[in-house]
Amino acid sequence: MESLIFNLFIFVLACFVGFEVISKVPTTLHTPLMSGANAISGITLVGALAIAGSGSGTAATIIGFLAIVFATINVVGGFMVTDRMLEMFKKKREDEA
Amino acid sequence: MEIFIPDSWYSFLPYFVELAYLVAIVLFILGLKRLSSPATARSGNKLASLGMLLGVIVTLLDREIISFEYILAGVVIGSLIGAAVAKKVEMTSMPELVALFNGFGGAASALVALGAWFRMASGSVLPGTDLFIMGLSVLIGAVTFTGSLIAFGKLNGMLKGNAVVFPLQNAFNQLLLLAAVFGIGWLLAQPMELAPVLLITGISLLLGILFVIRIGGADMPVVISLLNSLSGIAASFAGFVIDNNLLIVSGALVGAAGLILTNIMCKSMNRSLMSVLFARFGGSGAAASGGDNGDKSIREVQQTDVAVMTAYAKRVIVVPGYGLAVAQAQHVIREVADLLQKKGVDVRYGIHPVAGRMPGHMNVLLAEANVPYSQLYDMEEINQEFFRTDVVLVIGANDVVNPQAKNNPSSPIYGMPILNVEDAKQVVVFKRSMNPGYAGIENDLFYNENTYMYFGDAKNTLEDLVRSIKEL
Repeated sequence: MESLIFNLFIFVLACFVGFEVISKVPTTLHTPLMSGANAISGITLVGALAIAGSGSGTAATIIGFLAIVFATINVVGGFMVTDRMLEMFKKKREDEA
Repeated sequence: MEIFIPDSWYSFLPYFVELAYLVAIVLFILGLKRLSSPATARSGNKLASLGMLLGVIVTLLDREIISFEYILAGVVIGSLIGAAVAKKVEMTSMPELVALFNGFGGAASALVALGAWFRMASGSVLPGTDLFIMGLSVLIGAVTFTGSLIAFGKLNGMLKGNAVVFPLQNAFNQLLLLAAVFGIGWLLAQPMELAPVLLITGISLLLGILFVIRIGGADMPVVISLLNSLSGIAASFAGFVIDNNLLIVSGALVGAAGLILTNIMCKSMNRSLMSVLFARFGGSGAAASGGDNGDKSIREVQQTDVAVMTAYAKRVIVVPGYGLAVAQAQHVIREVADLLQKKGVDVRYGIHPVAGRMPGHMNVLLAEANVPYSQLYDMEEINQEFFRTDVVLVIGANDVVNPQAKNNPSSPIYGMPILNVEDAKQVVVFKRSMNPGYAGIENDLFYNENTYMYFGDAKNTLEDLVRSIKEL
């Protein structure tokens, strides 16, 4: 119970940090923001690693393996496609200069 | 791992891991912060991916992890698929891709929570609070998964974009939600039983489908933003289950980002989140009051007329809509803008927040066509400019320039903020035909004194325009 409350504190405070940081992102960058944030939500990969690798029975291992595949697609694909988009924005800046 | 690290160091390992997680969190926050300017955004994304790499590597050091085959296989397969998709995807398909990735994130989080239960089943019993969070985590993750798959299908045309509505749908959905809550209660009572876990999972998967299937295509920007938020919350809750701060904080950051975007999208369409999720609209709004269009007439123009209008103007604003992207005309419109700029015309782009299929989508499409982002203006910025603008080119946009939103209280889009293009001296509307737009609402703009209709496919008509301007 104690750890739940402690985690809840962290969760709520992190939400406020998120609101503060992200409310400053201009509309031009909303799509990359979303795909970048999406890649970050793939952090669940860290949890998947612990499940798949802990040797806690076949069911847990298979579930962990599937979670790793899904999360890695999310992470790798998300960061790469965001980079691809942001590269296009950057190019424009050099053109102007 | 024991090969690399002396045994005595292991007592410090948990501290090291936690501190590394803290660094990863800081990298995520700095990365998101850097996304607030196009100049620093790319480095921000790199920082965030560095944070992710750090988190993953440090986790692998954990002594709890004893077998690496499945981990390696999973990471390799996932990376290959992710990289291939990211490299290949067209920018017009970004909304589908983000929807799909959201879904995968949700699925992974639900699986992590499920995996934690299966791990427990072979060992000790989780406390009740953890079981409760586990149930919630599976619920949110699974809803995000199937909901995103439906959104993906609707966006890429595999499924019909219409809102699928059947009688008592809301009541049925609420009943399902209640059943899921019942499942969680059951799990608390019998933590070792598989049945409640399967019940929660099954109902959540079904709930995701039913929840998105009733939302029309026009509301997709809201839905993707919301699913984005949910994928973050799912990751955060999975963090509660396995007691991992990195997951909790990162998930919360993403959840907050998604909520902000959801809110912006709702405001841009003057809809409340509740009405998007539970009311009937979008795709089936044909009941819109058409008004009396009996004796209204339109003025049709050809490319030479438009060429003269724009080439001798001082200020031109381009208002692009999704129709522009569908016709793949982003590059041609840039060509038109370049030609006009060479003639000394001030060209800007006025972008409505819901111009594309997801927040900021139109900006990405124009950036891909090498339009400098300094020429892209938000609705608030550009709305003060229309009255001193000579020509507005409305290309593939309809509802976002419909004056009914301002002056017809009975219109379904009444109250939605729009681009005030009718304030300009002349408006040219590029349009395939006189068919009403996505929401099926008559547009009074087309019948205005100063509006000219230029019919045809957006790409072809713009190409004709390029030729005509060159001939001047």
